[in-house]
Amino acid sequence: MTGNRISGPLHDVAGEAGHDDHPPRVGFFTDTSVCIGCKACEVACKEWNAVPEDGLDMLGMSYDNTGSLGANSWRHVAFIEQPRSTGRQDPGFLGLPTGPTGTSIMAEAVGPRLRDSERGGSELGTGPLDAPKAESEHPVQELGMPAFARPGDATGAEGRTDFRWLMASDVCKHCTHAGCLDVCPTGALFRTEFGTVVVQQDICNGCGYCVSGCPYGVIDRRPHDGRAQKCTLCYDRLHGGLEPACAKACPTDSIQFGELDELRERADRRLAQLHELGVGEARLYGRDPDDGVGGDGAFFLLLDEPEVYGLPPDPVVPTRDAPSMWRRAGAAAAAFALAGVGAFVSAAIGARR
Amino acid sequence: MTEREGTSHSDTERVGEAAAQAENRDIDQRVAPPAEPPEQSSEEGSIGREAQLFQGSGLGRRRRRGGRGRGEPTVVPDAEFRSYYGRPVLKAPVWEWKIAAYLFAGGLAAGSSVVAAGADLTGRPALRRAGWLGSFAALLASLYFLVSDLGRPERFHHMLRVLKPTSPMSVGTWILSVFGPGVGAAAVRELVPRRWRRTWPARLLDRLARPLGLSAAVTAPGVASYTAVLLSHTAVPGWNEVRDELPFVFAGSAAASGGGFGMLCAPVEEAAPARVFAAVGAAGELLAAKRMEQRMGLIGEVYRHGKVHRLRRASEVLTLAGLAGTVLVAGRSRSGAAASGLALLAGSALQRFGVFEAGMESTKDPRYVVVPQRERLAAREARAAVAPPDPG
Repeated sequence: MTGNRISGPLHDVAGEAGHDDHPPRVGFFTDTSVCIGCKACEVACKEWNAVPEDGLDMLGMSYDNTGSLGANSWRHVAFIEQPRSTGRQDPGFLGLPTGPTGTSIMAEAVGPRLRDSERGGSELGTGPLDAPKAESEHPVQELGMPAFARPGDATGAEGRTDFRWLMASDVCKHCTHAGCLDVCPTGALFRTEFGTVVVQQDICNGCGYCVSGCPYGVIDRRPHDGRAQKCTLCYDRLHGGLEPACAKACPTDSIQFGELDELRERADRRLAQLHELGVGEARLYGRDPDDGVGGDGAFFLLLDEPEVYGLPPDPVVPTRDAPSMWRRAGAAAAAFALAGVGAFVSAAIGARR
Repeated sequence: MTEREGTSHSDTERVGEAAAQAENRDIDQRVAPPAEPPEQSSEEGSIGREAQLFQGSGLGRRRRRGGRGRGEPTVVPDAEFRSYYGRPVLKAPVWEWKIAAYLFAGGLAAGSSVVAAGADLTGRPALRRAGWLGSFAALLASLYFLVSDLGRPERFHHMLRVLKPTSPMSVGTWILSVFGPGVGAAAVRELVPRRWRRTWPARLLDRLARPLGLSAAVTAPGVASYTAVLLSHTAVPGWNEVRDELPFVFAGSAAASGGGFGMLCAPVEEAAPARVFAAVGAAGELLAAKRMEQRMGLIGEVYRHGKVHRLRRASEVLTLAGLAGTVLVAGRSRSGAAASGLALLAGSALQRFGVFEAGMESTKDPRYVVVPQRERLAAREARAAVAPPDPG
């Protein structure tokens, strides 16, 4: 037994979970700087794992019509349009009359639908969003007819901006200290010999505690099925010595699968390379074993702050505070018991007077 | 493909117009939330709209500073943050109102069992009978709420496969498993018809009821307070950030409801201990809730606005009224005792629904996840900057 069983760096996660003779911990390194947004990972994941469709929907979030990870989306490609370039990269628009991004218009289309939906948009990636409740309150977004003019022609040079597209394939982080796994009351969620976190579908009774336990908002309950669902890091393929379907399908090696230690080294090298190339905004997310979840099994190279991609900037596993929470609950329980005993003792004294 | 290109062309044109109105704005910049309520700012042009959308602050009706003219002190500065199309970072809990109802029913079962066991030991038969029957009914309701809220109710017994100290739900399952049989035995004893009293099973039950009932009463403090950990041991900001005070709020609420139930159902001359228990519980709940509200950071916005605020304010008023009634009139008047008991029960229930709803609301806006975490990171960086360099 080592220290840091509920939070902090933990090198041998599988060993800590009781696997004596186990393979090295594996994971994903998702280098978003080379993601081209093809969504092959989403498709490959759905096909291999037989994940049902999550509703065909045009969300108004750039090319992202998946919305987020969920019970029926175990990979999710985020698209962010920004009026700047990456590092010294030439966006290829030199001399072209490009205009600013349409992000604000798109956000206007999705905003009311997120606010009107029952779970505030958490169900994205699990099922379709409802249409806005009152059409008069949120009029249908007019996207206009296709035009023959070149983009930005109408505004002239002063309306032009740089442009870049951030694309990132999100996935379950397979945390070192996994909130979902810690709170699961049935043992359905378990730590595999590969150090990954998987739901056993024949055990899960759909209590929904993992949904609230995850600091990344990854796992969700599948409607009509009633059980919790998330990425398994293709547990079945790992057994067969294959890499997960998403990594296999990724045409640019943005999703890299491998032993976690090796991936971390590779990520460090890639980060140094990008910084050398002038991409100062590049950063690793989830790589640090000292973070609130003890480091992620699936970590990322991002080109902006994590929240821009919909990721929490400083996630912490709730279990970290469990000892202090139980101490407070113990104190409250003692006060409750004391009040109960005191009530009868005081009544007895009062009656004797 | 041509369709996509066409759409993006006209998109850009439209945005071009918007950009002309708001020169040099950069969506990549951090934008502060609009100072006006969003209903008004939506007419102000694209900056206001965009700020709302990227802040997710269209939800903001309920959390404008000093909203509704109640003159609340502004403790939380307007925080700027970025998000992915205003989409929530966390998943809203999948739990329904049944879980909030369970929080109340479980607390009532715990509080009533303490009253009943004490009444049993001190010779108060009417209070004992009311306590055990109330506790048992609340326990059965709890089990119904818990099981029917599962995605797969027929698999409820999978909870009994393991005992996991890291899962408050698992710990709670086992606490309830210890608590339940004692309450059941004591309550069934109260229900045995007179003509069966002399049969041997009834006599055996008679003998077992007291020790089993006492075992339930000993477990009751756990039942009353673990539910706070159940909520706080999540990533949900509205529950996690009140983790220090919530056990006291819930334990007080449980005592108030248990005592209140005794006052409602037992005659005044037997109910003295129930009144003390209820009064201490109600006072504890009110104090702990006040302390919780004072210590809240950004999440206080959720607690101080909209439905959550209405529920908890009503709870506060009812609990205060119940407390006053308990102290002033419940010892003299049967109807006064019943009214005070009802007020305490209603106050306890509304407290649970308010806290439950606060958690749900806090997950629907990325603000409550991103802003506190950003502040935490900034504080850590500041600490690292002033820390002396490592010698060695």
